[in-house]
Amino acid sequence: MRKILLTLLFVLFGTTAYADGHCSKPSGSINILANDFPALRTFVETAKGCKGSADFKVTHSSEHNKIAVPALTANPSEFSARIAANSSIVPLMNQDLIRPMDDLVKKYGKGIQDSQLITIDGKVMAVAFMANTQHLYYREDVLKELGIPVPKTYEEVVAASEKIRASGKMQHPYAAAYKAGWNLAEEFVNMFIGHGGEFFKTGTAEPNINNAKGVATLNMLKKLASLSNPDYLTHDSEAIKVEWESGKVALMTLWASRSGTLLDDEGDAKITAATKLTGPATVGGGNIPAATLWWDGFTLAKNRSDSDAEATFIALAHAASNKKMVADAADQAVWLVEGFVPGPKSIGVIEAVKMGAKPYPMLPQMGLMHGALGSEIVEFLQGKESAEQALKDVEAAYISKAKEQGFL
Amino acid sequence: MPNKTFFWFFLPTGLAMILFIGLPIISTGIQSFYAQHDQVVKEVKKCDPFGCTVSIVVDQEATSILRDEKPLGKFNGFGTYIDRNHLAIEQISDFWKETDSFGEFINQVTNLPFYKALLFTLTYCLFVTPNVLLLGFIIALSLNAISRKIRGPLIFGTILPMIVTPLVGSLVLFWMIDAEGIIGANLQLMMEDPYLSLKSSRTLTWITIIIYGIWHHSPFAFVVFYAALQTVPQEPVEAAIIDGASRYQRIRHIVLPHIYPVVTFVALISLMDNFRVFEPIIGFSAEGSAQSLSWLIYDNLVNEEVILFGSAAATSMMTIIGIAILLAPVLIRTWKEFRTAR
Repeated sequence: MRKILLTLLFVLFGTTAYADGHCSKPSGSINILANDFPALRTFVETAKGCKGSADFKVTHSSEHNKIAVPALTANPSEFSARIAANSSIVPLMNQDLIRPMDDLVKKYGKGIQDSQLITIDGKVMAVAFMANTQHLYYREDVLKELGIPVPKTYEEVVAASEKIRASGKMQHPYAAAYKAGWNLAEEFVNMFIGHGGEFFKTGTAEPNINNAKGVATLNMLKKLASLSNPDYLTHDSEAIKVEWESGKVALMTLWASRSGTLLDDEGDAKITAATKLTGPATVGGGNIPAATLWWDGFTLAKNRSDSDAEATFIALAHAASNKKMVADAADQAVWLVEGFVPGPKSIGVIEAVKMGAKPYPMLPQMGLMHGALGSEIVEFLQGKESAEQALKDVEAAYISKAKEQGFL
Repeated sequence: MPNKTFFWFFLPTGLAMILFIGLPIISTGIQSFYAQHDQVVKEVKKCDPFGCTVSIVVDQEATSILRDEKPLGKFNGFGTYIDRNHLAIEQISDFWKETDSFGEFINQVTNLPFYKALLFTLTYCLFVTPNVLLLGFIIALSLNAISRKIRGPLIFGTILPMIVTPLVGSLVLFWMIDAEGIIGANLQLMMEDPYLSLKSSRTLTWITIIIYGIWHHSPFAFVVFYAALQTVPQEPVEAAIIDGASRYQRIRHIVLPHIYPVVTFVALISLMDNFRVFEPIIGFSAEGSAQSLSWLIYDNLVNEEVILFGSAAATSMMTIIGIAILLAPVLIRTWKEFRTAR
């Protein structure tokens, strides 16, 4: 955490003479699997600029999670590199599908900063290049008109939303990605961490969510849901972005990486001008934000020849240390690369780091918990069962899955 | 056709079926009896841009030894079948002891993922199949009765729901019933309830999906019935008219008995299709309120970051058994008729 702050401070006063990233013309075959959002496209495009004589292919897909494990399990693997994040690196580690890259970092990773290296058990398993989190967006004009200060806690978000609703300006003033499944579970994870919760009993894979913190988390989610569009269980990040742009929402929790498309020239200029970003909110009197920090970074497939891995590393390291890229695309993401000057769209992530936000838990069994949460807390939000029952269901569903996977 | 000719005629298809359907089912069956090896984890230091923590990872060396010994995993027998996420035998017997009333017991049972999915799947089958048959038959009769000149375009219009890709069809409807969509917003206006949402209420979501299912499947029944109606002999119909039989009596006593085998065929196919209901749930993003057995399999395979092969395989096997049970009455009846006909 301190590292990223130092990095950001350093780059603020850093040099403005942009040197192009280091590139030692690789050869071989490069094939990359990545999620699909603007910053990653920029990153991969930059890597392509250093492909040398290598054959360069890329697959951008929002369904990347579904293909990653099968594609990397094949030998030789379909992809030579996978752009992963805190959560998606875990299944790759669990199945032993990615290779350590210490020697490559030593040989070719000249411009990569130490803070970018993801090390597990002393081995470099990934190189991060951007940070992400979910934080608050608000409509300055609406809040000002009703004399509401910018909310700092979720309790204030609730109060502000109720006030906006009472004023008759908006029927459903709050929005967050509550789509049943991964998105909803992610909101639970954020809120639970904000309450100071730990998902597992220390040192074990036993679940630990059926307690007062879990109940408080669910109650807060339900309160927020009641202030959202009644279809909230079907709304993902893209859907709430559209809601925001149609001017029907005044407060929203959304990914920092989406701020670029929210603040671009498309859509109603008035709404865009009044859209402001602030850090993530805290909850329940806690002092760490109800949000998780994420990094995006590249990993190298294990089941691929050493020469392909080398070629892929050279190209991707070129992008992961490219000062020109981070200067040109400063709006698209909070880059962890040297030379990045944070702009107004980076406020969310920087605030989150300052407030001491925790990273998403990188535990082998976390994916199972996330999956169980996504389907079992829906009925509580619909008012069909109590918070205790929902949490009991989550734990039971998780335990069955964890037993099947050999974690318990 | 002599049996020998039939054999050679059927051989290529049969081989392909064994290769692409039979063997995968056997493989799925075997996988459903295995679970993953016990995970060997170790504590390590993990560092990322946000700092270092001590945390656990899967010990690859120890795990690979286990995996090499037994690549299929740990034998689990029917363990996966009876765990809480499937048949939940243990939980159900607990509920039986703990609950005071039968209603409460049913509530508890349908709160379990497998039974929740089964309940929706069966409800969907029971509502969609008869309505598809009825609607398809009525449309076929009406179209058969109108002038030949406009019949062509009308038939095309009628089978349109079947031509439209299921996912696209459901997405179109999904956007229309959104609280901001044309149907959703008008419903709110009509009911004077700004919180009314077709997507957030479980009952309304079920009704929406069932109506969509009927809309989507009726054309299939219609096409088959329409073809069958062309084969109805005209003489008995004319004789019935002379005898003064009403339209209803003619349909009841002449047309229906004639096309009865076709009705059985359509019922079989619809039941099978409906039991595997899947696309509308994805199209309507209805995972929260409606889950089917096929959706459970999909969820185990793709929605988790950790793929649950054992779970998915067990649910697949139970879906196959479910379809077999559902079809049994129809199949037995057909078999009996076949025997008497001989």
